[in-house]
Amino acid sequence: MTAEQIPGAAAASVPGAASAPGAAAASVPGAAPAAAQRVGEAPLLRIDGLSVDFHTDDGVVHAVTDVSLEVVAGEIVAIVGESGSGKTVTAMSVLRLLPKAAEVSADAIAFRGTDLRTLSGSELRKVRGGPVGMIFQDPMTALNPVMTIGAQVAEAVVLHQARSDKKAAWQRAVELLRLVGVPDPAERVKQYPHEFSGGMRQRAMIAMAIANDPDLIIADEPTTALDVTIQAQVLALLKKAQAETGAATILITHDLGIVAELADRVVVMYAGRVVETAGVGELFATPRHPYTKGLLASLPRMDVDVDQLDPIPGNPPNMADPPAGCAFHPRCPLARDKCLTDRPPLLAIGAGRTSACHFSEELA
Amino acid sequence: MGAFLVRRLSINVLVFFLITIAIFALVHKTPGDPIAMQIPADQLNSGSAEFIAQKRAELGLDGSLLTQYWHWLTNALHGDLGYSLLNGRPVTEVLGERVGPTVELMGVGLLVSVLIAFPLGILAARRRNSWLDYGATVVSLGSVSVPVFFVALIVIYVFTLKFQWFPSSGISDPTNPSLLNTLHHLVLPALILGFGNSGPFMRYVRSSMITELSADYVRTANAKGAPPRRVVLRHAFRNSLIPVLTVIASNLPQLLAGAVVIEQVFAWPGMGQLAVSSVNQHDYSVIVGFALLIAILVLMSNLLADVLYTVVDPRVRLR
Repeated sequence: MTAEQIPGAAAASVPGAASAPGAAAASVPGAAPAAAQRVGEAPLLRIDGLSVDFHTDDGVVHAVTDVSLEVVAGEIVAIVGESGSGKTVTAMSVLRLLPKAAEVSADAIAFRGTDLRTLSGSELRKVRGGPVGMIFQDPMTALNPVMTIGAQVAEAVVLHQARSDKKAAWQRAVELLRLVGVPDPAERVKQYPHEFSGGMRQRAMIAMAIANDPDLIIADEPTTALDVTIQAQVLALLKKAQAETGAATILITHDLGIVAELADRVVVMYAGRVVETAGVGELFATPRHPYTKGLLASLPRMDVDVDQLDPIPGNPPNMADPPAGCAFHPRCPLARDKCLTDRPPLLAIGAGRTSACHFSEELA
Repeated sequence: MGAFLVRRLSINVLVFFLITIAIFALVHKTPGDPIAMQIPADQLNSGSAEFIAQKRAELGLDGSLLTQYWHWLTNALHGDLGYSLLNGRPVTEVLGERVGPTVELMGVGLLVSVLIAFPLGILAARRRNSWLDYGATVVSLGSVSVPVFFVALIVIYVFTLKFQWFPSSGISDPTNPSLLNTLHHLVLPALILGFGNSGPFMRYVRSSMITELSADYVRTANAKGAPPRRVVLRHAFRNSLIPVLTVIASNLPQLLAGAVVIEQVFAWPGMGQLAVSSVNQHDYSVIVGFALLIAILVLMSNLLADVLYTVVDPRVRLR
């Protein structure tokens, strides 16, 4: 399903491009098309200058460095990158779900104007699972094996009830499971996770995430652990859940097919930094960073007859000892001397587009 | 779950029969005439040669080894374990009156060890590498490495001799054998038994909790907005119990071994005391009965572990 979508998406109109040129001048990468469209409206989520370090035996690992992004109400922002690019760490830092060993610093992580870093434990818990719902990668391990599905979904409801009403929460759990397409929910709600298939478990996860009508859903590789046939169903469900709740969504994925199908806007990450942001149409039509270009070239296409796919040579960098200069230079076909020493800053390259490449003009 | 239990139960029955063969071999190899273990001593001494021969035939002692085993086993299963060589009383009766006090001591001792180990293990896991964690490690190491009798002597010195808070011997005051009085007598031996067993339990709880606290479903619970207490107790702790319960159940024989020593120190009239005195006085029939009882205890502990498994882990029910 993924491959056919890409050409179509590439041909799609570019959302929000060329509007409000003033916004594009900002060096903040999040000042992107959708945000620009709604001038004056505060973004739903604003991450500014986020860095996350882990202290390991191999030294300090800069998992995320100086990442900024904005999400406005109702839009779907995809964060794309290889394993270890920092996309999951970025998303987890929003609700402060990183392990204690993580050293998080940022200028702001603001949700609806409130900096989540300043919230007390109980204030933060009102946001978690309430206005911000999360969907995790592996539904096999993300559900508690010794609690029934119903108890886990109902828990998400009860925790955000003004007055604890377990019976109502249980009924709501049944209703939520029906909503996400679990057949015979009144019975299946009594079952344990091991009695659910992978796809059904992910549906239950989605039910938990949307239990309290969130404004923002953070989905961390929601289909990666699933069979390809199930992936399509879960994606369709995510789309439906997003449409019904009107929640903005941060979609973390390495699958550009999913991006093409769902996202409005794309943030590409490499080695812990944002390397390119663009509307989904622009990104697929004219990638302005060689890494993005490489990602697209490595995809199979249905519309062009190719004998061979072009994978990006080499491997993602060791984050304990990343390359000097541009972190992508060892794998980059455009790399020149400058790239070995000077790290390219993330610069606005057009309306709502940014790129961190010295030679982004050459790609235009 | 029913099929699961039937399977476990039948395995245990099979093992039990294997054990009875081993114990029978022990009976067979004990010095002296086996008839002496199977009829009361006074009958043995006063009875005529014909009487003895008749009894021998009745008990199957003149038959083959197999018939002898069969007779011994059926008698044992009917609760007839022969007679004490020492005082001629039925072994079942002698053992029977000792089971209660030992079960009491072990039960309360187990409760104490769990009450020490669970909270300490959970706290140590939550605050890994903190002073609390190191302190708990030192305490647990101490609980296993300091001999029980030594702790017992110190405790008796402090709480019985110095402060005179608790009695140091017996199960109750003969003049006032109330429940409260028994509990009063139980405090020191149960605390020491419980403390001695808490160390390994605490280590298991700690390591199991550390594993569970880093599990994905804990992150899910956090992401739902569950408060830390709920995340730890409702989510992580219940999962951490799965391995811990097995350890505790399979540790019950160990607990009995500890009880034997403590019963000696505190003159607690339980099975342990009986076993020690029987060994000292070569009362083989009681020793055999004791061996059988321990075999049953170990098998029951394992069965209990299996049953608890199915209670805490829904995934086991399908197997």
